[in-house]
Amino acid sequence: MQLPPALHARLAGAPGSAEPLPVERDPAAGTTPFSFAPRLVRFPREHDFFEDGDVQRHLYLQDVLTQVGGAPERPRVPEFTCQVAGCCQVFDALEDYEHHYHALHRNVCSFCKRAFPSGHLLDTHILEWHDSLFQILAERQDMYQCLVEGCTEKFRTSRDRKEHLVMRHLYPADFRFDKPRRSRGQDFAVDSRIIWRTDFSMGDFYKALSISPAVPGAAEQVLAEALGDDRAPSEGDAMEVCSEHVEPSPEPAGERRAYSHRIPSTICFGQGASRGFKSAKKRNKHQ
Amino acid sequence: MWSRQRGGLKPLRCGVEQLRCRRREREAALRKARREQQLVSKRLLRDEALEEAEEGCVAMIFGEAEIQQFLRLAQRGTEEKEREGALVSLRRGLQCPETQQTFIRLEGSIRTLVGLLTSNQALLQLEAARCLHELSHSEQSAVVEACLPATSYLLTYLSGHSSDFIELCLYTLGNLIVESEAVRRQLLPQGIVPALAACIQSPHLTVLEALGYALSQLLQAKEAPEKIIPSVLGSTLPQHMLQLLQPGPKLNLGVAVEFAWCLHYIICSQVNNALLITQGALSTLGLLLLDLAGAVQRTEDAGLELLACPVLRCLSNLLTEAAAEAVGGQLQLRDERVVAALFILLQFLLQKQPSLLPEGLWLLNNLTANSPSFCTSLLSLDLIEPLLHLLSVSNVVSVLVLTVLCNVAEKGPAYCQRLWPGPLLSSLLDTLAFSDTEVVGQSLELLQLLFLYQPGAAQAFLQQSGLQALQRHEEVAQLQDRVHALQQTALHG
Repeated sequence: MQLPPALHARLAGAPGSAEPLPVERDPAAGTTPFSFAPRLVRFPREHDFFEDGDVQRHLYLQDVLTQVGGAPERPRVPEFTCQVAGCCQVFDALEDYEHHYHALHRNVCSFCKRAFPSGHLLDTHILEWHDSLFQILAERQDMYQCLVEGCTEKFRTSRDRKEHLVMRHLYPADFRFDKPRRSRGQDFAVDSRIIWRTDFSMGDFYKALSISPAVPGAAEQVLAEALGDDRAPSEGDAMEVCSEHVEPSPEPAGERRAYSHRIPSTICFGQGASRGFKSAKKRNKHQ
Repeated sequence: MWSRQRGGLKPLRCGVEQLRCRRREREAALRKARREQQLVSKRLLRDEALEEAEEGCVAMIFGEAEIQQFLRLAQRGTEEKEREGALVSLRRGLQCPETQQTFIRLEGSIRTLVGLLTSNQALLQLEAARCLHELSHSEQSAVVEACLPATSYLLTYLSGHSSDFIELCLYTLGNLIVESEAVRRQLLPQGIVPALAACIQSPHLTVLEALGYALSQLLQAKEAPEKIIPSVLGSTLPQHMLQLLQPGPKLNLGVAVEFAWCLHYIICSQVNNALLITQGALSTLGLLLLDLAGAVQRTEDAGLELLACPVLRCLSNLLTEAAAEAVGGQLQLRDERVVAALFILLQFLLQKQPSLLPEGLWLLNNLTANSPSFCTSLLSLDLIEPLLHLLSVSNVVSVLVLTVLCNVAEKGPAYCQRLWPGPLLSSLLDTLAFSDTEVVGQSLELLQLLFLYQPGAAQAFLQQSGLQALQRHEEVAQLQDRVHALQQTALHG
């Protein structure tokens, strides 16, 4: 099929068209026994006209899908450590690190260090767990937002929301991102610069101090680590969003450390400071 | 997908002839499936024989005890590498149907897997997702449906940020979508459409390609016109799809192919094409057509026909909408470069994929039917002769070519004058020799128009033994009346 050589040039040229020739129809055109009239043609989904193209499309999909799903060969790089403070994971492939970072460090609650799979769930968590204004408003209006993106329903309690998730959105009743919070203590910030951990016992503090040697400035680091002790919850409670009381989950075994009561000399409690944190509530011991 | 295909096709053990034979078989199977309206079906996703031929690692058959061991290790092992390794072994085993069956029958196995999927150990998450993907790929419904408890999590992770993980979730969802209407009836209320609408804003090409694939499977479902397409049209998905189809340096072929097919399934379902037109679909697709024509001149074997096909279909169907006329004032629809592009594509298809010629000619029909402008372009760009060249390809193609010529001729003497003289007459005499009634019938229609509008046409026809050519069809029921009428006109004017 020979195309006129000027055609390719025309394609590359400017938009536009020649002046259309005058149209002049004779009424005898297309009259019986003839029947031609120009018609726009449309084909619906299942029409046979599409068979060939559809078959080609699926051949292509078949070829390609046989290669999906296997672990692709990753280029190895010299080992490096995650740069996030407190994380000591080591990697030898960039993609693995990317996934690690996004899973554990990207959507992390700055108050309680819990990691979430998406910004949306993180925002919801912060609102429901760490915003005291939320608690106040929730007493008077529907504040618990449905977790499904695109659904604008709000609910009075997180239990109502859960029911909605199950009934309307066919979510599993034990959806991990809607687990009731452990009653071990409430984490909420009155002032976002200060984190009050009411369940942080003196034992935790001593435990933390025994981890690192007496080094100036170590206390802060150590404190962060101690707080972060709770950073990696066990598999079953990976990420929590809602804030109602239920039985606390058991402490993961094997993570206790022996602690000593000895306080390093570099730690100073200051004038009149009492030991440990003030707490209006009775402190729950670790189970 | 695309980039993987380019670089990563494993060398197969069987020879070229076997490959061709195998491909013909696959094609035949697909045709049969399409006729039974079963084209969206799990068993067609994975080509079994191809897999057997290229087994890289041997899939192991694991028993209950072994599976339990792997799961226990993955869940409670102390060394992270150990835990990951356990899942890798499990995944290899899950490539095998027997192991899959054993796995799903084991109590708590899916629960454990979902637990690992949602754990805070990133690499375990990935491996667990790969295991799930293997299961979703199975031909056994029971195995695939065992994955259902994971869907809410797969959808949740689509709003995450790890591109590899999201890609895997999308392919897994794609497999599940294809499985059955029951599965889709769970995915829709779980919010798959908004989840995809959020995910389509990802900058990662691999994610976009996977998303396009999953969406195309969703849109191809039988119940899509009623149950799925309306909510897709109501979301931001169409705008993003059109954006991803804009020609330019950012256009990625693999991504564009998937979303062009998505658009096709939406458009040919005729739910609300006017909306797509207001969002600029005609304009975008027209520009894409121009871009494609440019591309086929530059690159050799890039699989451009995979994109050409849905683009041709979308444009053709959209042109039939009333709303299309309203935007007809837009330059794109009167731009004769569209015609130039189409012919360049027709030439390309003739070489690469002749079975797609009818689709290209369908567009040409819809462009020229009511447009004096495009008919004039055909003439002024000297495209009649190349068009006639296509008359020998097949009956369907011939009918379409003749229809387009009729579109031009029926516009009157000014047009017929430009069709004459030239190779048209001898081509018509050739087509009159065809046995196919439709081809002959369309030739007769064209002759009537030529006799009417072009003085001397009837004369020339007689001189070239036209009457004899007509005679052989005198007894054919659908053709008789027209044959006689033409004979009369030719003889008596």
